[in-house]
Amino acid sequence: MSSTTAALQSRRAPARKAKAGGRTSRPAAGKADAASSPLFSYVVSLADDALVLGHRLSEWTGYAPTLEEDIALPNLALDLIGQARFFYAYAGEIEGKGRDEDALAYLRDEHGFSNVLLAEQPNGDFAATMLRQLLYAAFMHPYFQALTASKDARLAEIAAKAVKEMAYHVRHSAEWVIRLGDGTEESRRRAAAALDELWMYTGELFEMGEGERALVGAGVAVDRESIRPAWDATINRVLAEATLERPAPCGMQSGGRAGRHTEYLGRMLAEMQVLHRAHPGVTW
Amino acid sequence: MSETMMPLWEVFIRNRSGLPHKHAGSVHAPDAAMALQAARDVYTRRGESVSVWVVPSSAITASDPADKDELFEPTGTKVYRHPTFYEVPEEVGHM
Repeated sequence: MSSTTAALQSRRAPARKAKAGGRTSRPAAGKADAASSPLFSYVVSLADDALVLGHRLSEWTGYAPTLEEDIALPNLALDLIGQARFFYAYAGEIEGKGRDEDALAYLRDEHGFSNVLLAEQPNGDFAATMLRQLLYAAFMHPYFQALTASKDARLAEIAAKAVKEMAYHVRHSAEWVIRLGDGTEESRRRAAAALDELWMYTGELFEMGEGERALVGAGVAVDRESIRPAWDATINRVLAEATLERPAPCGMQSGGRAGRHTEYLGRMLAEMQVLHRAHPGVTW
Repeated sequence: MSETMMPLWEVFIRNRSGLPHKHAGSVHAPDAAMALQAARDVYTRRGESVSVWVVPSSAITASDPADKDELFEPTGTKVYRHPTFYEVPEEVGHM
């Protein structure tokens, strides 16, 4: 936790107390979510993945290597932030305590976020951003496809919209990875380094907790392990075309779903949340 | 980024069925597939389009601005070429 975030803590304390039904003390923040219904936790985790990666992509705005990509990356970011909004709004309704999408996005702390670690990894160079996007989208595209058959009508509806967006994310990131891997000596070196760096965060995409397993059994959530063949096929095809070698199986990092994050998330949230916390309820 | 690695492409979009593709602008991209994606990202963000074309700018042969008098000036006095002497029935739609 960075000192900036800690400073934000104390600054927004009064605003939080004023919220009816809001949590009262900070240490309870992560646990409060875990103790909530499995459906709430599940929907929030879908939202957190999308928001955190969406915010990461938005950090490219104004800095992308070309004008075209400077528009393309925020397009991808807005797809993800849009998905997050739908999921947060639904989660707020499930919880029924009056928390809206803003409360869930801006007024939870690092340990309350349950996104996968892959999503919060820093942008690095353009190759790292494209590899991260490919590894994520190659999972989420077939995942949302499967989720359209959910017995939960709201989730099926959100998934139906998101699946088209993720198809484009796969296409865009795959085309770039192919050209970077099979490009110049430097682009290849960067793409290979990014792949090695990020690979250990891919295992978490397939992890499920008890609550999520129960939802899979009830036909609400999707068995993440069932996505593996589709993910493998996409990744193998793209890496082969990119002439990049698929990394050997390695120890996989995890903990994001339980609120244990890499050092990067806290700093990202500090920046993402500062405006809303300084001016609660601000709109523009 | 050098021009040879990221050449220029002209973008044409069709905004609804029945109307022809119109020139929208240009993008830089390494090849046709990426040019199509860049065109989609840059020129169709507000639901403008149902179809996109990209064409290498180098494939376009353009008239020389210096020739505009001999090419275009002579038509200025030929008003009878405008279809303004009869009414177009509504059923015809776009002309």
